[in-house]
This record gives sequence, structure tokens and C-alpha cells, in this order.
Amino acid sequence: MSLREGYGLAPRARAYGALRGSGSGSKSSLAARAFGKQSFVRHLDWLLIAAVLALCVLGTLLVWSATKPGQIAAGANSRTYLYKEALWFAIGLVLMVAVATLDIRRIRAWTPAIYGAGLLGLLAVLSPLGTVVNGAHAWINLPGGFQVEPSEFAKLAEVLICALVLSRLGDHGKRPRLREIALAVVCAAPLIALVAKEPALGVALVLLAVLIGMIVLSGLKLRWLALLAVAGGAAGVLAIKAHVLKSYQLQRFTSFTNPSANLSSTGYNAQQAKIAVGSGGLTGHGLFHGALTAGNFVPSQSTDFIFTVAGEELGFAGCIAIVVLLGVVIARALRIAARADDQFGTLVASGIAIWFAFQAFVNIGMTIGLAPITGLPLPFISYGGSAAFADMIAIGILQSVHRKRTGLDAAWTARSRGK
Amino acid sequence: MIPASRYRLWVVYAVVAALLISLGARLWYVQVMNSRAYSTLAAQDQSQQVVVPPVRGSILDDTGQPLVGDRTALVVSVNIARLSQRGDAHAVLHRLAHLLHTHYKLLSEKVRTCTNGVKAPCWPGSPYQPVPVAQDVSDKVALQIMENRQQFPFITAEVQPVVTYPRPDGANPSQVLGYLQPITAKEIKQQHLTVTGFSGVDLVGQAGLEQQYDRALRGTPGIQRVRVNAQGVVTGTISQTPARAGDDLVTSINAPLQKDVQTILADAIHKAFNAGNRGATSGTAVVMTTRGRIVAMASYPSYNPNVWTGGISTQEFRYLFGGGHGEPILNRVTQGEYPPGSTFKVTTTAAAVAQGYSINGSYNCPATVNIGGRKFANDGNPNLGPMSFHEALVVSCDTVYYQLGYDMWLRDHPAINSVASPHAPLQPMAKMELAWGFGHNPGIDLPEQDPGTIPTRQWLYYYWKQYKKFWCSHGRQAGSYVQQIEYQDCKSGYVWEPGQAAIAAIGQGYVSVTPLQLANAYAALANGGTLYSPRIGKALINQNGKVVKRINPPVIRHLPVSRYTLAYIRSALAGVVTSGTAAPAFGGFPLSKVCVAGKTGTADVAGTQANSVFASFAPCDHPKYVAVVMIPHSGFGAQAAAPAVRKIWDAVYGLEGQKAALPNGRVPAALPKISSSGAIKPPAGYGGGGR
Repeated sequence: MSLREGYGLAPRARAYGALRGSGSGSKSSLAARAFGKQSFVRHLDWLLIAAVLALCVLGTLLVWSATKPGQIAAGANSRTYLYKEALWFAIGLVLMVAVATLDIRRIRAWTPAIYGAGLLGLLAVLSPLGTVVNGAHAWINLPGGFQVEPSEFAKLAEVLICALVLSRLGDHGKRPRLREIALAVVCAAPLIALVAKEPALGVALVLLAVLIGMIVLSGLKLRWLALLAVAGGAAGVLAIKAHVLKSYQLQRFTSFTNPSANLSSTGYNAQQAKIAVGSGGLTGHGLFHGALTAGNFVPSQSTDFIFTVAGEELGFAGCIAIVVLLGVVIARALRIAARADDQFGTLVASGIAIWFAFQAFVNIGMTIGLAPITGLPLPFISYGGSAAFADMIAIGILQSVHRKRTGLDAAWTARSRGK
Repeated sequence: MIPASRYRLWVVYAVVAALLISLGARLWYVQVMNSRAYSTLAAQDQSQQVVVPPVRGSILDDTGQPLVGDRTALVVSVNIARLSQRGDAHAVLHRLAHLLHTHYKLLSEKVRTCTNGVKAPCWPGSPYQPVPVAQDVSDKVALQIMENRQQFPFITAEVQPVVTYPRPDGANPSQVLGYLQPITAKEIKQQHLTVTGFSGVDLVGQAGLEQQYDRALRGTPGIQRVRVNAQGVVTGTISQTPARAGDDLVTSINAPLQKDVQTILADAIHKAFNAGNRGATSGTAVVMTTRGRIVAMASYPSYNPNVWTGGISTQEFRYLFGGGHGEPILNRVTQGEYPPGSTFKVTTTAAAVAQGYSINGSYNCPATVNIGGRKFANDGNPNLGPMSFHEALVVSCDTVYYQLGYDMWLRDHPAINSVASPHAPLQPMAKMELAWGFGHNPGIDLPEQDPGTIPTRQWLYYYWKQYKKFWCSHGRQAGSYVQQIEYQDCKSGYVWEPGQAAIAAIGQGYVSVTPLQLANAYAALANGGTLYSPRIGKALINQNGKVVKRINPPVIRHLPVSRYTLAYIRSALAGVVTSGTAAPAFGGFPLSKVCVAGKTGTADVAGTQANSVFASFAPCDHPKYVAVVMIPHSGFGAQAAAPAVRKIWDAVYGLEGQKAALPNGRVPAALPKISSSGAIKPPAGYGGGGR
């Protein structure tokens, strides 16, 4: 078996042929193709889409509420961010649908290119194209005044490349060996390093969590896993000793463990966030009626700290709704992972699940004193185009994995076999 | 999917579920179980108590001219307690320093709290108060600060009242007015004062009238609860109680006369100094009514009270409190203790009469008297033969009084003089002196006042107890003159000796009085025997113009001296001016217009020039005012002090080409009228401002 064949890149021609064959060979109407038994629409995970849409609607409203007082105070249009966020999600939905229509094998075939693009994006951030926002080189300026945050897409790149590398033997029913693990680490390392260099510690942690989770799920033997855990732990200790982490990053961790020790900005933010969430009570003050939100007491309340707006205005009921909806998204992703046809699909879906789970837990946890303060958006809720696109593309990929399992691709396969 | 992945996926399921459940549980804990606590914190976050500063009351002269007033100025303050919680505090201070055209280093030093080991400049007030960093900034700077809240968080530029000293007619009774200093944490606790948070207002009177009447002058701060956003920008008002301005204090100080007295005193001291009395560097002058009201009070050297506003520098502080410049901070009128010299012969006369010596008797005035083995001489050794008390006072015969002092000592309890006890009875002479207000605080409405010294047996006993150790260790029976005295004092310092009685009779030895006590005693002599506790404050008037409190000098007691004796002494003191020791100083004075009486005093102080005193009242028949000038180390009373008092009478009554400070020689009986708009109308007949 050649390397090319081993990573599933060889069947590309055959898959294309099958696709083309199914397209030209079918004489059925457009409507039948869209809604028929074998149709694309029927084979989407609609529960996942419903949960995502609900989160998007909530997120758009919360972004509006978080930005409205500031916009009014600045004499600007109070709905600017409402429209912008709605636009991002609309584009995101289109992207999701577009990705969902793709055969997962095609995505698999494109993975090296996607990975390369992700890496290039992160490198571009460090070039003169990049701009600094809140002390991090995390953005690239695009013509027309748009900015893109490559670190959000780096998550996608990592999930895909790791799934590709780690599923090489799994697709043949075998556990990965150390060689695959090493290759996955080597592929993920530059992504993590470049993101940490920005510095965007939160995103780097997500990437690390996703890498570790995918290695565990790849089926590596337990004894190797244990060895890797020991090695990883030692590397972590060394990193702290060698001051790889910046002082403010460490400070966030210490202020998380002991908030009263640090009354300056970090501890202050944590305290203000907790006050905002706690003051919401059971049902909250109502959307647009949060006094702390209106007073802009919590920093970055439309992005990283958007959950405080939910806490204050929607209360425990609204917060739990968000947690449950996110839980549904993650659970569906894991379900798709469990039911995927091949190891690649399993690893991609579970990688996305870990990504959302980690990000949701840390983002919500940091507002209520369960996690340290890091710059991470809350999936589908926080304001931001790059995050919205990356999240929606991830959902699209999940749909693609799901669709293959639920028969459409099975039909193609059967048809191509029949030829 | 390989089986290993399947099992591990279940683990991931479980971990994710655990994480989400812990989020839910924590949310329940924070939002439901502790909601009330966080709501309280949220309310605190969003509201801020703003203490609205009251305007401090003014201190006015008797016609309503402000001696201490307020003006408003734009003051920039830094709320350093809040600002330092932000990460960009340094950057903000850098921006502010740039805007105020000052250095970051100086600015950062100004806002640090003065604690042990911190050198000036530093902030002496509470660290939770906004610290004033610039006063009288331009409108443009203030606008830049207030309109860029993001750039200058927790920095304010506000109009605040600033204390001013307008010096009406040039009057500067700085030591009488006292000064204000930022409130200290200790004072907040002790006096239960509300901190307004406005640096220019959270001041406490630390001396003089500012301290004495602090409560009335301070007013009550208003309290306003306002809604704020995270940047501290006020977005609305929740509740409000208005501030009540402080009361104005009307004093009996007459600004024009105060100015004249200051000038006359300074000139007299310079003149004495230039005449060769190199010790003549300080002095006092006081003018009061015979009913206990202070009209002018001057202590030299004086100072410019503006040094206190906006923070005093170390240099200025050293100048005020240091000995090198004569401690200008001292109010020598109430704090200076000087030997009164022959001005004390008045009380000695009264004491002798009380002891049975006839007021109309005849007393010998030899050149010297021998008392207790020591020779006591008249100044210049003249033998003037027998004379009346009248003549003894007019010519100021010392030997008459030495002898009286000794005779009274003999007639007292001679045995008890040698008993070392704090319970020994008073000497008759000391008893009379105490009755005239000496040896006690006069109770004037100033925090600074000293009792002076009347050497009673009790005082002598404690004095001896205090210094016995020193005397006994330094004294030598066969040593130097000083060592011999110390040896004697070690053995018998508590004994009231005849020599001490003799010199106490002429206001020397252990005797010391403050100029105010002397003036007050002469006021009692002049008014027919009523001893008042003097007052500077006349009334407190609130901002609506209503008189809140009238302040009248309380009567301490009536002198245990008959009216006849007092009248006798008064007529003798009139003789002092016409034909006695003060006659040269008053040569050519229009006594026919205003009859002036007085007594010179020249107290020798070992090793230096004498202390020159003149205590005087006028008019002779119905005295209205007492004037006392005391200039230490300047020679005879007739030389330095008496001419100064003559000029004071010129100024009071408008004699000898002087303009009258008091129209018709009268102080205003009525109070100035203050309208609710703050306009002040002088009492009828008193121009206020102009003469």
C-alpha cells in the first residue's frame, strides 16, 4: 500500500467519477432530488441544525443587547451589531450548507490543502498583513475594512489533519501506532505554536485539548497513552519553568485560583463577570434590561464575556437553555462520530465535539469562577465573523459525515459498485 | 470505527456530560442560591455615593469684611484608589502629566499616601479620597479631562471652593485665624466627620478660629447617590440630600485697626532692634474692649496664611514652626509667657490693701531694701522718701513693693513656707494675682492659650519635684554662682523665700503672664472689677442671614477689690501718663481729647535686655478699651512699648493726624447683615472696606 493510498487520497478519482455518474445518470426532478427519500435534505441532522439555529438567534440578540448601550452612547446606530452578526450567521449558514453538500471523502482529499491554508493564514498574521487587537497579533486585514482571525480556522485545519493522519490504519480496523501519533503531533505543533505566539492562549489550549482528545480517541494503546501523558506533563512543567507563558497569562491562572489576591484588571474582570451573572437570578432582568450590561461593567461583553449578558438578562433559565443547546450540539457531534462509516469521520466529528465542548466549558466557566480567564469566544453566541464561519463550517463537516452514514453516499457507493 | 475508539468515545461522552452538568450546578449556585449577594454587589457597582461638599463659612471682621473667604477654582483630582485597580493606571497618569504640563514622576509622588518612610511630596489625607494634583487649571484642560472619560478614568476636574485670605485693609491676623489641613483618618474617627471626597473641602481647622469654630464653619455635606457605569461616568441620580453651608463667623476684630496695630508693632520692634536691642525680634500687641472683646491682636513675626492652601512645602513648614525665624506660627498674645514687670504693681497694690494696708497710707521709697540678706535696689538707686500708693505707681518705685512683698511674706504662714507639700496654703499676694486671671487659661475662644506662671507654694513644690534631680546632680556647694544656686535649689527649692516674694511683687522672678492675661486684668481694673473671659467671635450667622448664635464674653468673676481701690489705682495710672514713667512717651499727646492711663513695665531677664511692657486703657474716666504692647528684649517699657501704645490710641481715635480706625472711637454694636445671596452689609455707620 502506497502512502497516498494509505491516507485515503488515492480513491479521489473514483469518488469523483461516482459523483458525476450519479449526477448525470439521474433523471429525477430537482424537487425529488432535494426532498426525496435519497435526498440531501432528508439526510441532514435536523436536530443539530435546530440547536445551532437556536443558539445563533440567541447569540444575535445577546450581541445586540450587549452593544446597544455603547452604540447609543457613541451616537451610532444601535442595531449595527445586530445586522452584522445576523449577516455573519447568514453567510455561515450558506457555508454550512455548502460544506454539507460535499462528500466527506472530498473534504478528506482536500485536507492537506486546508491544513496548508490554515498554516499560511497563521503565518500571515505575523507578517505586516497582521494587526494587533487587545495586544494579540491575531488578525489579518482584508480589503474593504474586513478582518479575519485565522486562529479560528486553525481549529478546523487541526481537526481535519489530525483525523487524516490518525485514521490511516483505523480505516483498516487497526489501532494507530506511534508513527501516526508522532505525525499528528508534528502537524498540530506548528498550529499550536503559531497561535500561542500571537498570543492567543485560549485558542492554543483548544487546539491542545482537541489534539489530546483525538489521540485518545484514535485508539492508541493505553500503555502508550500513559507514556504520552507522563511526557506531556513533564513538558508542561518545563514550559512554565522556562517562562514560555507570559506573565499576564500566568496571572490569569493565579487570579482564577485566588481571586481576592489580585484586585487589578484580571481579578476585577472575573469578579465583575460573576456579579453580572449572579445578579441575573432565576429569570434575569430581561433582554436589554441588564444594568451592568448597559453600564459596560464587564469587558469584552459582546465577545469573550457574552455569557455575562445572558446571565444578567436571561437569568438561570436562559443560561441553562444555552448550556443545554450547546450540549445538544456536542451530543449530536459525538453521535455522528459514533455512527460514522469510517475512522476519519469518527475522528473529525469527535474532534469538533471536543473543540465545542472545551470552548463552551472554558468560556462559560470563566464567567462563574470555574475556569481561568482566557480569550475564547462562546460558539454560536459571541460576536465575530471568523468564529461564526469556522463554527458553521464545522457543523457543515458534521453534516457531511452524518450524510454519508445515513445512506446518500451508501447509495452512491452501491451505484458505483453496480457499474 | 475501531473498537478502542468506540469505548473511548463513551468516556468522552461522560466527560462532556460531567463538564456541562458542573456548569449547570455552578450556575444554580451562582444565580439562584447566591443571587441576592450578587445583586447587592451589582447595586454597589452601579451606584456611587457622592458627598456634596458644603461651602465653608467665612470669618468676618466686625463690619463684615471677610478675613477668610472662599473662591471657586477648577481643581483636578485623581481617585488613585480606583485608578490603581486598572492595568493602565501608569498610562493614564502619563497622559495627565502631559496635559497638566508637569512631570509624571512628580504627579505619581503627589498621589501616593504619606506613610512612614515616604518623603514629601505625598498626600497626607485618606488614600480613599481623590487627591488634588492641580488647582486653578484652565477651562480647556478641565474640558479635556471631563470629555475624555476613557482617556482619563477616575480623574476629575471640578469647581471646588478654595480658601482665600483677602486681607481687608491689609489686616492679617494669621495666628488668630489659624489654618486648615486635610482631614486625617484619626480625625474622621474621632469627630465622626463625613468625608466629602473633595480634597479642597475635607479640611479641618487645625489652629486658631478655624479650629475653635470648625464645627459651625464646616457645615454639613449633602449626600447624593448616583448611578454610574463601568467608567465611573454618572448616568443618573438615585437620591439626594442637599448640603448645608457652614455658618459665617463674625468676629470683633476690626480690620483697619488690626492693620494699624500690626504696622505699629512691627515698626516698634524694628526701632528697638535698630537702637541696639538685638534681641528685639518679636513682640505682641492687643486691643480689647473693657467688656472682653478682642478688637485687634497682633503677634510678630507673622506669616502669609496662603502658604497653607494647596499643600504646604517642607520649606514653608520649617519656616513657620522652626526657631530660626522666631516661630511665626505662635500667637504670642495668648501663648507668649513674659514677666509682666511693674505692670504687676497694680495687683500687688490690691493685694496689700486686701491685707490691711491702707490705700491712703504712706510708704517709704528708699534707694535699697535688705531682704533675706540680699539687697534690693530701686532702678538708678534714687531715695524718694515716703510716698502714697498713687505716687509709688506713678514713679514706679520698686522698693515700696519689695518691702510690701516682704512684709506680706512675714505676715503669712512663715512656718509653712518650709514644708514640702502640694497642699500648702496660697500666699495672699498669689491669691490676688490668681483672682485677676493670672496663672490660668483666660478661656479665650482660641485653642492656643497658655496659663503663665504664678509661683504659688503648690506650684513651687511641683517645680522643685520636677527639677530636683537635675539640680542635685549639677549643684556644687563650692562651685560657680550657678552651681551654688542649683545646690541651694536641690536642698530647699520648694521653700517660698522672702526674696522671691519681694521680686514677685514687681512682676519678676518666677512670675510670667501672657499679654492677653495682662490686657484682660487691666480690662477688669478699667471696667470696675468684672473679669471677663475674652472673646474674638461675636456671632455665627447662617447662610440665610439668620443669627444662629451670639457670642458674648462670659464673666469669670468680680475682682475681690473695692471700687474705691480700683478707682484709686485708675487715677494713679492716669498720672503715670501725665507725670510718671510714661510721661515722656506721651509728651504732646492730646490728653484733653482722649485721656489715657497706663502702667509701664520693665522686667529684667537675666543676661538680656529687659522686657518692655505698656498696659493702658482709655478713656480714663469711662474706659472703653485696653491696649497692651509687650516687646521682649527691647529695653524700658517707657522706651519701646509706651510709644507704640500711644500710636495705637492715635489709630483708635484718629488723633495726631491719624485716621480713626473706629468711627467716633466706637466699635460697631450691631452685627453686619448677610443676605441669603451672600451679600454682606456692614452695620450702619461703618463703611466696611473704606475708612
